[in-house]
Amino acid sequence: MKEELIIAGFGGQGVLSMGKILAYSGVMQDYEVSWMPSYGPEMRGGTANVTVMISDQPISSPISHDYDTAIILNQQSMDKFEERVKPGGVLIYDTNGIVRHPVRKDISIYTIDATAEAARRGNSRLFNTMILGGYLKVRPVVSLENVFKGLEKSLPERAHKSLPANQEAVRIGMELIREYVPE
Amino acid sequence: MEEVKLMKGNEVVAEAAVRSGCDGYFGYPITPQTEIIETLMEMRPWETTGMVVVQAESETASINMVYGGAASGKRVMTSSSSPGISLMAEGLSYLAGAELPCVVVNVSRGGPGLGTIQPSQSDYFQATKAAGHGDFHLIVLAPNSVQEMYDFVFDGFDLAFKYRNPVMILTDGLIGQMMEKVVLNRQRPRMTDEYIAEHYGDWALTGKKGRKYNIVTSLELDPQVQEERNHRLQAKYAAVKANEVRYETRLCDDADYVIVAYGCSSRICAKVIEMAREDGYKVGMLRPITLYPFPTEALKALKSHVKGFLAVELSTGQMVEDVRLSVGSDVLVEHYGRYGGMVHSPSEVYDALKEKIINKLK
Amino acid sequence: MAEFQVEMNEENRVYTKPRLLTDAVMHYCPGCSHGTIHKLVAEVIEEMGLEERSIGISPVGCSVLAYNYIDIDWAEAAHGRAAAVAAAIKRLNPSKLVFTYQGDGDLAAIGTGETIHACNRGDNITIIFVNNAIYGMTGGQMAPTTLLGMKTSTTPYGRDASLNGYPYKIANMITQLEGVSYVTRQSVHTPAAVRKAKKALRHAFEKSMDGKGLSFIEFVATCNSGWKLSPVAANQWMEEHMFPFYPLGDLKDI
Repeated sequence: MKEELIIAGFGGQGVLSMGKILAYSGVMQDYEVSWMPSYGPEMRGGTANVTVMISDQPISSPISHDYDTAIILNQQSMDKFEERVKPGGVLIYDTNGIVRHPVRKDISIYTIDATAEAARRGNSRLFNTMILGGYLKVRPVVSLENVFKGLEKSLPERAHKSLPANQEAVRIGMELIREYVPE
Repeated sequence: MEEVKLMKGNEVVAEAAVRSGCDGYFGYPITPQTEIIETLMEMRPWETTGMVVVQAESETASINMVYGGAASGKRVMTSSSSPGISLMAEGLSYLAGAELPCVVVNVSRGGPGLGTIQPSQSDYFQATKAAGHGDFHLIVLAPNSVQEMYDFVFDGFDLAFKYRNPVMILTDGLIGQMMEKVVLNRQRPRMTDEYIAEHYGDWALTGKKGRKYNIVTSLELDPQVQEERNHRLQAKYAAVKANEVRYETRLCDDADYVIVAYGCSSRICAKVIEMAREDGYKVGMLRPITLYPFPTEALKALKSHVKGFLAVELSTGQMVEDVRLSVGSDVLVEHYGRYGGMVHSPSEVYDALKEKIINKLK
Repeated sequence: MAEFQVEMNEENRVYTKPRLLTDAVMHYCPGCSHGTIHKLVAEVIEEMGLEERSIGISPVGCSVLAYNYIDIDWAEAAHGRAAAVAAAIKRLNPSKLVFTYQGDGDLAAIGTGETIHACNRGDNITIIFVNNAIYGMTGGQMAPTTLLGMKTSTTPYGRDASLNGYPYKIANMITQLEGVSYVTRQSVHTPAAVRKAKKALRHAFEKSMDGKGLSFIEFVATCNSGWKLSPVAANQWMEEHMFPFYPLGDLKDI
C-alpha cells in the first residue's frame, strides 16, 4: 500500500491540519507516513499545500512531482496540480470558487461541496474534516476508527470538545462526495 | 517512557533536548527552525527536568551563552538557520579553541545573504571546513529523517563530551518542517552537579572546590604553545576520523553507478535508485551520516567496481569536492542539485543521473 | 648607611596581599587601575567566603588575562560577549557568584547589545566595568567613552563630535532598565576611594547572590600609558576631566 497525496488550497482553509489528521491516522494504523508542507509566506494567507505519504513500507522521498491523489481547494491549485495527478489517479475538488473545471480523462474526478455544506451548517471550521471524509470514501487508505484516533491525536487538548462535531463532519463528507460529470 | 508520535523535525529536536538531559537551550527565532524554541517554551522543561531555556537577543548572544554553559560543564545547545549560523562563527571558533562540548543545530535555508527560507544544503563548506576562523573542525551529523533528528541530539551530546568539541547537526528546512513517525525511546536524566564536578572537574567551571582553579580560554600569547595546542586539536580530529565515521549504503554491492547524497537529498535519491533499478540500471547510494568526518575510505573502496559517482545536494556543488578528493580524478564524478531553496524531485535527479553519468559512460 | 630592619611577625604586619591574588606577575602598566581593582575583587570574594563558588568572565582587552591573577574559576569570553556568557553560567548555576570584568571597548562598544540585554533580563550577575576612556591593549585608540577633545591614536586631533560622535554614559543608560538593581560609579585613585569602592563591590556581589537582579559597578579609571601621562598626572587628569563627565556615586540601588 502506498498513497502519495497532495492537498492544496489557501492558507486558513485547514490544508495543513487536514494533512496532519490523515498522517496521524496512518501512524495509528502502523503505517509509515510523511507530511511535508509548503511553508513560509504561504502560512499567512497565500496558497498552501501539503504532501502526505502513507505506506506500509519505509518512505523514501517525502516529496514527489506527481501524485496518486490531489485534493484541490482553489483555482490556483487546480491550475498547478491537475496535470500532476498520475494517470489512473484521483482528483477531488470543492467546486466553490472554481471557474475552470478539470479536463483530464485518464483520472477519476470527484467533487465535494464542503464549503457550501459547512456554511449551511453554520460551522465553516468543519470544512476540512468534511473534505477528509469525502477523500476517505473514495480512497479508504486508513480505517475510520484510526481516522478518529488520528483526529484526537492531531487536535490540541483544548480543542477536544470539538471532536464529536469533527467526527460527524467526516461522515457527512463521505455522503457529500460525488463523481464529477462534465456538463 | 517510549512514545510513538507524529512530529516535525524541529519539534522533535525540542523533545530530544529535554529527554537527553540537556541543561540549557539558548536560541533566537529564525525561519525555518523557530518551532524548536517555540516547542521548548510550550513544554516548560524548567518545571520538569530543570532545563533552562532562554530566548537570547541575537544568535551572537546565543552561541556565547552556549559557551558559558558549556564552560560550566553542562549539556547545552542552540539552533539556528544559515544566516544565524554565520553570526555564530566566532563563538564556534572559541568553543572549539577552548575545547568545549555543545550541540548546534543548523536547519539550513537558501543563500547567500538573507536568501530564502526554503530548504538548502549550501552550508556544507561552512559546517565541515570553515565554521569560523582558525584551524578547527566541528563534528557534523546529517540526519535524513525525523527519527534521526531525535537520535542525533543524544549522539551529538555524547560525541561532544567524548571529544570536548562542538557538534553540529546539519539539517535543512525540509527535514525540519516535515512530519514523520518518531519513536521517542531514549531518555536520560540531567547530570548532577556532583557528577559534573567528578567527571569534568579537570576543566569545567564548577567553583574551585577541592582543586586548583580552572580556566576556560582559547587565548595563548606564546605561539609555540599555541602550535602545541593545534597539534593537540589535530590529534583529536584524527581520532574522530578514525573512530566516528558513519555512513549508510544502499544497493552498492553490484552498482555500476553510485549517488552520494546526505540529509534530505538522500531521501529523494532513495526514490531515484528505485526508479533506476526498475529500468535495469545498477544504481546504488552512499549516504554520509557524518559529514565531518567524511566517509572517504568507504567511497574509495567503491571505486573497485563503480564507474561513476553523482553527488546530489541542494547546492551548486560543495560536498562533491569531498567526493572527488575521496575517489580521485580517474573516475567520473559529477554534481547535480537545485538550489536557492528549490528542491529537486526524484525525476529531475534521475534525468540528471542519466545525462551526466549513465549516458556518458555507455 | 644603617640597615633598616623590620621583624616579619603578625604584630608588625600592616598590609598583606589578598590570599586570592595569585603570585603571577601582572602585565599591567605601572600606574594602571586594574591592579587595584583586581585586588578589591580578590578581597571581597575572600571576605564573602565565595572562593569555591565564584566564576569570573574576563573580556578581550587589557584585562583578558585577569584569570591569571585571581585564584577562582574563570572563562575568557569573546570580545564583547562576557555578559551573555555570564548570564548562561548563572542561570545554569544559580548558587554561584558570577561576574564579568570588562573594559570600555568590550562592554560599551562591541558588547553593548549583550550588556543591555543582560541588564534588561535582570540576570543575577555583577558587571564590573573599567572605564578609562581609551583602548589600552590595542595601543590607545578611541573608546565610546573617550571625552570630546581627547587625543587618541584614532582621534589624533582630539575627539570631534561631528566626526566621532559623543562619549556616552552607559551606566546612566542602564539605570532605566527594570532588571538592574544596582548601578554605581566608583574610582580607586585614593585610599578613601578604594575603601568606598570595596564597599560598593561587596554590595554588588551580595545583590547578585541574593537574586536581586543585575548589579553594575563602573570604575572610572586611568590609562596613563594610553593617555601618555605619568601615573600621578593621570590621576590628576582623571579628577579634572573624567569626574565632571562621569561623576562618582550610586546611580541606582533598589
